[in-house]
Amino acid sequence: MEKITTHTGIGVPLRRSNVDTDQIIPAVYLKRVTRTGFEDALFAAWRGDESFVLNQEAYKQGSVLVTGPDFGTGSSREHAVWALKDYGFKVVLAPRFADIFRGNSGKQGLVTGIVTQENIELIWKLLEAEPGKQITVSLEDRTVTCGELTVPFEIDDYVRWRLLEGLDDISLTLKHEEEITAFEATRGSWRPKTLPAKTEPGFHVEAARPVDA
Amino acid sequence: MGKTLAEKLWADHLVRKGEDGAPDLIYIDLHMCHEVTSPQAFEGLRLAGREVRRPDLTIATEDHNTPTLDIDKPIADLTSRTQVDTLRTNAKEFGVRIHSLGDADQGIVHVVGPQLGLTMPGMTVVCGDSHTSTHGAFGALAFGIGTSEVEHVLATQTLPLKEFKTMAINVNGTLPEGTTAKDVILAVIAKIGTGGGQGYVLEYRGEAIRSLSMEARMTVCNMSIEAGARAGLIAPDDTTFEYVKGRPHAPEGADWDEAVEYWRTLVTDDDATFDTEVNLEASDLEPFVTWGTNPGQGLPLSASIPNPEEIADADEREAAANALVYMGLEPGQALRDLEIDTVFLGSCTNGRIEDLRAAAAIIQGRTKAPNTRMLVVPGSARVRLQAEQEGLDQVFKDFGAEWRNAGCSMCLGMNPDQLKPKERSASTSNRNFEGRQGKGGRTHLVSPLVAAATAVRGTLSSPADLEDADVLVGASA
Ligand code: SF4
Repeated sequence: MEKITTHTGIGVPLRRSNVDTDQIIPAVYLKRVTRTGFEDALFAAWRGDESFVLNQEAYKQGSVLVTGPDFGTGSSREHAVWALKDYGFKVVLAPRFADIFRGNSGKQGLVTGIVTQENIELIWKLLEAEPGKQITVSLEDRTVTCGELTVPFEIDDYVRWRLLEGLDDISLTLKHEEEITAFEATRGSWRPKTLPAKTEPGFHVEAARPVDA
Repeated sequence: MGKTLAEKLWADHLVRKGEDGAPDLIYIDLHMCHEVTSPQAFEGLRLAGREVRRPDLTIATEDHNTPTLDIDKPIADLTSRTQVDTLRTNAKEFGVRIHSLGDADQGIVHVVGPQLGLTMPGMTVVCGDSHTSTHGAFGALAFGIGTSEVEHVLATQTLPLKEFKTMAINVNGTLPEGTTAKDVILAVIAKIGTGGGQGYVLEYRGEAIRSLSMEARMTVCNMSIEAGARAGLIAPDDTTFEYVKGRPHAPEGADWDEAVEYWRTLVTDDDATFDTEVNLEASDLEPFVTWGTNPGQGLPLSASIPNPEEIADADEREAAANALVYMGLEPGQALRDLEIDTVFLGSCTNGRIEDLRAAAAIIQGRTKAPNTRMLVVPGSARVRLQAEQEGLDQVFKDFGAEWRNAGCSMCLGMNPDQLKPKERSASTSNRNFEGRQGKGGRTHLVSPLVAAATAVRGTLSSPADLEDADVLVGASA
């Protein structure tokens, strides 16, 4: 995971509340077996609408999503975060996030900053007055700057530290690899291993057929 | 102060205590994979240039998507085929053992682990599937995880976790005849609600639980997740040890003795306290079925459909009213009068050999209701082979039931085994959510005994409802 201290990019005003994960990425895309390439799936239902914000030229390269309360509710699908990241978003700002979505974002290196509803409204106005305007998000100072306006945002201390250090869960855990190895040395020899495989004598499994076939 | 079983298991797997709000790091003894939740995890490893840390503690099987007919032909549904093919490629590339369609040990992950003797007491077991709680029946800490966590376990064999709360579910006394583990757990969920277990590890205790067979205990733990719990547990005892002994991966000789000595310490200490306790009298229980669209909406078979207007809680009232519309039911209808189109016997809840035996004993020598279809899907290929050796397949076929290959099948309808809109099923699986068994399908969750009796009469029934009801099977079924 890349370290994030500050990010500057085009702000995208999404004037909606309660954007659930089904809207972020519809269920049909869950059948894929890849982890990347979900950019086309992001907000798929809305992208068909020409007036949708991401269909406007000025916002197409956006990387900071500024949205209403309760973003990411509903199904716990991690695909919602993959889709946002694959599209190019680095930060989502909202007055309130669904817990699971926020947790998943932290794991994948997507910054979720909590900004008061009042300040979200101010940022929306600035972004709409000047489409394509840049926003700077400083994780170090926990501030969002848009033109003359600088407002604070909240983020969990532990998640912030991980993002600043660029540590995903796995690399964080691997910092303790020696402890894992030491623990492994204490495991009793009775504990089962899947390899080499042991099974009872094999039978040939005939395919079942319909009774009347 | 003493410790609960869950706390002992946690302590025994603690690699590192979390500091400053960081979670604890817990070692994972067994990781099971299937085709639906693993592809992105393997791809994540590939993207990061990582390997599977312990292929020797990892196993894969194909179950969710696999067809139950014509398993020797390519899978017709393209998405399903891609998922299965991807699992095969990943297993090969990363050196993970896999049991593919056609292999004697293919089947539902939660049936295959115990059957191979890979699940035993004192372990931590995870899988990208919520019903991993099944393995708690052995006195193992077992729970479902998301795809990122699957990748985390593949890469590190550990998981960062925050400790759970503990809840004791005491089922005292003895179960009446014809009442099974499935009825116990449906009654528990009806009592504490589908969110009642949230944040908890449930430990099932009491005489009624102790007298259950291993397979029945798995049925109970399997559905812990339907009460919202993270995991379910039953302390291991001689029943557990006997079940494990002699299985392909069970320890032998001195290892076995060492293991049993340790396993005997895996009980909640007398002076330990649970965060919450719930009590149930086994003698009050009877066959239980669900009438609504969540597993908490269940009642004794002798009851009638409730009237939503009489429910005090506003949310529950609304949920009940919606459920009745979806299920096509009216308040006051007797559950016993409901006509059933399809009986599904199978799934990781009730697709084991004992379940098949119990159902076969009921239907033997009887005839199937003409308008009811019965689908029998063994939980694993090995269960199917065992049943065939015992001649159970013939009993089912003579009765007019369809005998199938192993897999999840109609439990979630990812393969062609699905209900049609408005079709009503009596299903031994674990979820009666809207559309779970097929779009518009209406599911009533039942025990294998009720499933069998229902297939005979064509309406929701228990074995006691059958004429010449002399073939009652004991409470351990
Ligand atoms: S049988 Fe049903 S509940 Fe069990 S693993 Fe398969 S789909 Fe999940």
